[in-house]
This record gives sequence, structure tokens and C-alpha cells, in this order.
Amino acid sequence: MTRTRDRSKRLQGVPAGLFWLAGPVLAGLVVASLLTGVADLDLDGRFSGEAVELLLVSRLPRTLAALLSGASLAVAGTIMQMLARNRFVEPTTAGTAECAALGLLLVTLLLPSSSLFIKMIVASASALAGTALFVTLIRRLPPTQPLMIPLTGIVFGSVVGSVVMFIAYETDLLQYAGVWMTGEFSGVVKGRYELLWGSGAALVIAYVFADRFTIAGMGKDVSVSLGLNYRQVLWIGLLIVSQITAFTVITVGMLPFVGLVVPNIVRRTMGDNTRQVLPLVALTGGALVLASDVIGRLIRYPYEIPAATIFGVAGTAIFLWLLFSRQAQRG
Amino acid sequence: MIEIDNVSFRHGVAPVLQDVTLLLPKGGLTALVGPNGAGKSTLFSLMARLLKLQSGEIRFDGMDVATTTSMELARKIAILRQDTHVTARLTVRDLIGFGRFPHHRGRPGPDDEEMIEKGLELFELSGLSERYIDELSGGQRQRALVAMAYVQDTDYLLLDEPLNNLDMHFARTLMKQLRYLADRYGKTIVVVLHDINYAAAYADRIVALKDGRLSAQGTPEEIMTADCLGALFDMEIVIETVRGRRIALHHAG
Repeated sequence: MTRTRDRSKRLQGVPAGLFWLAGPVLAGLVVASLLTGVADLDLDGRFSGEAVELLLVSRLPRTLAALLSGASLAVAGTIMQMLARNRFVEPTTAGTAECAALGLLLVTLLLPSSSLFIKMIVASASALAGTALFVTLIRRLPPTQPLMIPLTGIVFGSVVGSVVMFIAYETDLLQYAGVWMTGEFSGVVKGRYELLWGSGAALVIAYVFADRFTIAGMGKDVSVSLGLNYRQVLWIGLLIVSQITAFTVITVGMLPFVGLVVPNIVRRTMGDNTRQVLPLVALTGGALVLASDVIGRLIRYPYEIPAATIFGVAGTAIFLWLLFSRQAQRG
Repeated sequence: MIEIDNVSFRHGVAPVLQDVTLLLPKGGLTALVGPNGAGKSTLFSLMARLLKLQSGEIRFDGMDVATTTSMELARKIAILRQDTHVTARLTVRDLIGFGRFPHHRGRPGPDDEEMIEKGLELFELSGLSERYIDELSGGQRQRALVAMAYVQDTDYLLLDEPLNNLDMHFARTLMKQLRYLADRYGKTIVVVLHDINYAAAYADRIVALKDGRLSAQGTPEEIMTADCLGALFDMEIVIETVRGRRIALHHAG
């Protein structure tokens, strides 16, 4: 009896409120995204064939792409933070995104005629190898210095990123490298974003393993005590993260900070129980990236600013606020 | 029954444990004592499968820790390390709930909920159940971790220096609760302890390690002698009997 009472009290509290808020906000954003664009969407009275086609071929895929990439990157960040036991890691502060780009660049150069599928495999394998290397690197860092971990990751990512830029410069592929590292959705049309459903599948797998990620986040000893195969969970997590990153880099380009900012916002109100927070993390990630895209479309209409740029500016501000308000809380 | 059979362990070339053979019968509370560097924590880690055995065997009710699956052992043995530091922001209830994971593997049922309620009640955490563990004091967090091991509902409970962060009040309460678990539920509890007087007051058996070898084992009455403790810790220790209890006066002299 007490159990039920406790539960319902908690569900009526902040988290439930957030869910009720997130629903309409998301719906509003989706409508805004469907209605915003250079081509005129003539909706007075009836749906013309042209308008429906515009919606189905361009606006809807673009909206879905923003939602899927935002949701999956936020979840990837949550998993990485759990496994690294550090709140500041995400695909772009651990070298994952840069390694995916490196793999993609090498396969483009060496096997230019390979299919998208092969490219995808190489990019995610490279992301996985890079992230595994990062995990090995941070094991040697003192646990008392939490900021050392993302700093190491950023340095590692920058080194790999420089290699990518150098090779791209030498081989005249700079334009590609730029597209991979700056996420934007203007090129998304039907037929060019469907790989992102792979990220959607990774989200489902992440949810299935949610409890195991939380336990792994409590450390190796607790994991062993509870009978968990720690290494296996670690690898599953890294696999999910590198898949999501590779899918994002290939289709729309990397969106920095999503995996950092979103989990940290959600954690403040809902804590770290992965199974409980994952739906809200995904929802918030999708909504924020979609909002960035809509703002990017409107701010210099009819020109566009990449969603990654908008999110980068807003995300930095949010992150600084999180950082300083946490210090204030402690002090 | 816990069978520790010819266990040796070395860190690099330095031997930490040498030919330790030990039989612990089922039921009761056993304290593992000894000076720093005696190998207590290493023996604990080997029993808890946190370290891989190099030579020898360890069995719980015939289940070999080297060959039994970790999930199966998780329903047989619950462990708590002294330096367990949970950084994840979880509520006390959720943390304790994860102790049920070996039983439900992600799908908690009514038995699990019932066990969690029992754990909250037994360790006086009901009022704190919705608080996040990073908002608790060290002692409260320690109690939550012990409660988590308790709800794992295993025959064996291994704790490595559980009194470390606790003040006198909670240290005594925790030892009483462990005693209760042994008496009421017939659990077999092994505790690594620093303070010989706590060991004498609450344990059924004391096992003493020194320089990686088994130095002495027996009831508190057998171990709590000036000769035995003096040899174990290489210092002169006076034993006094106060209100029927043997007390080692080790802190001054």
C-alpha cells in the first residue's frame, strides 16, 4: 500500500509535470517544423497534391531526422556518462564523433564505390575502436579529477579531428569533412535520412539494457556483486554509442553538446536511474534539436543556419549555467 | 559452508596470501581480523570473485567461485566493499531495489517490492526512501548499501570493513543488525573488521590472518587472550574483563 502511495506521489511531482509539458511542446515544434520553409505550403481549405508531396518528401523527413538524431545523441550521452562514471563525457568529448568521421573519410578515399552500408560499418567500427581507446586512456586518470576525463577526450578528439582535416585537405575532401562535423538538416529529403532509423533501433536496445547500465554506473564491484557481466555491458554500451554516432555523422552531421546538455538537465530533476530517465532524455533531446533546426530556418529567413550552430550556442549557455549553479549548490 | 582450500595469491612477485585453508560452517557471524597488510582484503576479494584466484579453490555450498556463473553466485553471495562509492544519483529506494536485480533481472514483481520494504524498514531508511543518495550523510549511505546487500537475499553476506564511515551509534546498530540477520534468518556472514573489540562482541568465530597466513581461529574467548592478540599484532595487549566481556586495551599502554 505504502509503495503505491509513494509511487503516485512521485509521478505527480516534477517528472510527471515535465512529461505533460514535453508533450504539447513537442507537438507544437513538430507543427512549426512542418510549416516552416522557403517553399510555400498552401494549406488554405484543402490539401493540394503538391503540398502533401512537399510535406512527405521534405518537411516530414526533416522533422523526423531532427527528432531521431536529437533523441539518440542524448541517449548516447546518458549511456557514456553512466559507463565512464563522469558527467561530462559525450560523443564529441570522447573522440567518438571524430573517429567516426575518420573511418568515413578513409572508406570514401580507399573504396570510393562502396555502398552506404559498407561506409556505415566502417564508420561505426572506427567510432567503436576510438571510444574503446578513450575508455582505456581514462582508466589511468585519477578519479578525484573529474574534469580530466573530458579534457583528455577533447584532446584525443582534436588530434583525430586534425588528422581527418589534414587528410581531407590533401585529398580535396574538406567539404565532406565539414558536412560530417556540422549537423544540419537542409539536405534531408525522403530517401536520404532513413539510416537514422538505425539510431531509433539503438534507442530501443538501450532501453532494454537500461538497468544494466545503471548497475555498471555504480562501479565494477557492485556489478560483480549483482552478477552482471561488466565487460559485456560496457561493450554493449560502447556499441550503441558508436552506432548512434556513426549514423548521425553519415546522415546529418555531428551535433555537439546534445549528449552533454540533455542528460545533465534531466538528471537534476529525475536522477540517474536510466530506465526512468531514458524516455524523458530522448524526448528532450529530440525537442531541443528540432527547436534548434526551426530557429535556424527562421533566424535569417530565407537562408539557413545549421542546427548544430544554434544548439552549440544555446547548449554552451545552458551548460555554463549547469556548471555554475552546481558549484553554487555545493558552496 | 565456505571452503577455502589452499589459496595463495601474489601481487607481482610479492606473496599476499600463502596456502590459506579454512572451513567456515554454515550460519553465524565470522570476523576476519589481522594487522594491515595481512591479506584480509585480498582474501575477501577472492571470496567475492572480485579478484581471480591464482591457485587454490573457494567453494560456497560446493559452488566453486571460479566455475560457477556470476549470476548464479549473485543469488548465493552478496558483497559490500569498503570503498564502494556510488556516484550515480539514485533514490535510496531505487538503490536498494537494484539488490533484487539477480532475482528479477529487470522485471521486478511483488516479492521484490516486499523485500525492498523490509530492507527499508530493517535499516531504518523508510523515511529517507525517496531521497537521493548524494544528499545523505556517510553513515546513511553506508546503511543504504548494506540494505541493498540485504535485499539480495543470499545465504552468504560478505562485508569488507563496513564500520569504516560509521560513528559509534551506527557502528553498533549495524553490528546488531548483522547479528540479527545471522540469528533470525540463519545467514552466514563474514565481516572484515579492524576493531578487535567489535569482533569479540558480535562474532561467533574470529579468523586471524598475519603476513598472508592463517594465524589463529576460534571463538572470541579463544582469540581474546593477551598471548594470541600480542602475537597477532606484535604488541603488548592487555585483556580485561568488563561486565563479563573481554576487552582488548590496545589503544593506550
